[in-house]
Amino acid sequence: MNIVEGLIKGDRRALARAISLVENEDSSKNEILKGVYTHTGKAYIIGFTGSPGSGKSSLVDKLVSVIRREGLTVGIVAIDPTSPFTGGAILGDRIRMQEHTEDKDVFIRSMGTRGSLGGLSRATKDAVQLLDAFGKDIVIIETVGVGQSEVDVVKNADTTVVVLTPASGDSVQTIKAGIMEIANIFVVNKSDLPNADRTRTEINLMLDLDNKKKEWRPPIISTISLTSEGIEELWEELKKHRQFLEEGDRLAAIRRERVKREIVDYMEHIIKSRLWEKISGTTLFEKTIEKISQRDLDPISGAEKVLERVNLDNHEFPE
Amino acid sequence: MSKERKIRVLVAKPGLDGHDRGAKVVARALRDAGMEVVYTGLHQTPEQVVEAAIQEDVDVLGLSILSGAHMTLFPRVKELLEENNAGDILLIGGGIIPEEDMEELKEKGYAQALFTPGIPTDEIVEWIRNAMESKTSSA
Repeated sequence: MNIVEGLIKGDRRALARAISLVENEDSSKNEILKGVYTHTGKAYIIGFTGSPGSGKSSLVDKLVSVIRREGLTVGIVAIDPTSPFTGGAILGDRIRMQEHTEDKDVFIRSMGTRGSLGGLSRATKDAVQLLDAFGKDIVIIETVGVGQSEVDVVKNADTTVVVLTPASGDSVQTIKAGIMEIANIFVVNKSDLPNADRTRTEINLMLDLDNKKKEWRPPIISTISLTSEGIEELWEELKKHRQFLEEGDRLAAIRRERVKREIVDYMEHIIKSRLWEKISGTTLFEKTIEKISQRDLDPISGAEKVLERVNLDNHEFPE
Repeated sequence: MSKERKIRVLVAKPGLDGHDRGAKVVARALRDAGMEVVYTGLHQTPEQVVEAAIQEDVDVLGLSILSGAHMTLFPRVKELLEENNAGDILLIGGGIIPEEDMEELKEKGYAQALFTPGIPTDEIVEWIRNAMESKTSSA
């Protein structure tokens, strides 16, 4: 499999191609992901999320400059929405990330959501693994501009940064049940705008209401992307959070949870496709559908009846 | 989920002119035709454009040039693509380009297709679709 070899050796074109193949559900997808897996696990993964126009891309652009000063290499997966009508997309995050387009140690990949609703695209997780295997020290995921409940990023990032702006001050209260819960770090971007202090205060009040005593209280960083203000501080806090996770086995626990979810996802996928191969088009299946349509049978009993024939109880699972 | 391979296009504005209305109109048309369009923004160097095309693994690279520097920029971008082992990316473009320059650019292989003002965007979509089809069937 030379695309995997190329990627591991640091060939940027191989990496780019691998991401496409995986994203397009190409027949080589599984081989590629299997091939790179042992090379993953070294990158630290940071997620950036927030509403559209909150300045995520510009912030990431500035942050990358600070990270690069420490000699660390960076991979970025930036997600923009896919049209539910045409399937097309305008991917414009690169426009804000000009500073690094000629830096060979920064790899930026734009992705369309392609029907995914959680703020990421379906292949985001895989793209992160490929960047990790490629050898990037830091991988940054930038979500599509989100509303309140698109929180998939937290399942994929080690540290999650929620970006707010002063204009969202009034609504902080209302969105607190969604993305406000996933932040390890809050950023109040565009903090030269009026009401930035009020936004900070509201976030603080919200955090004070948390009655479970937490070992990590999300810090609130004020930034202005335009002038890079607060970006150094943001990087310091990111490093602190990483350190916090690396103490004891917190990070290991988070990642174990992620692996568990992954293997369950794959198992579900395999079971589903195998079952489907067996069942689809059979007379039993068609007849059952007919009975349910006629209201002679309910869908729950129908499903049970069909699956009886697959004999799910036949296998003892070894301890 | 459809497993149809999505066409990815990079729309880039190399050089010094600051007019991207045309580039945006084309980007929008391609989006509406179901393609994924990466837009780079203004004032890109050929190096930046080619690096972006590689990282984004696009099938098509479209340059919008209104500055008159097309006879420099197209050959340079083509050269960089070849250097980076990415000569298979289709290079097309648009802008204010005189007839005789268009002929030369196409003849020398610096651009596979050029679309000047007034051409319906559907024609660009058609061209890309056909080119992609013959590319994948020959591969």
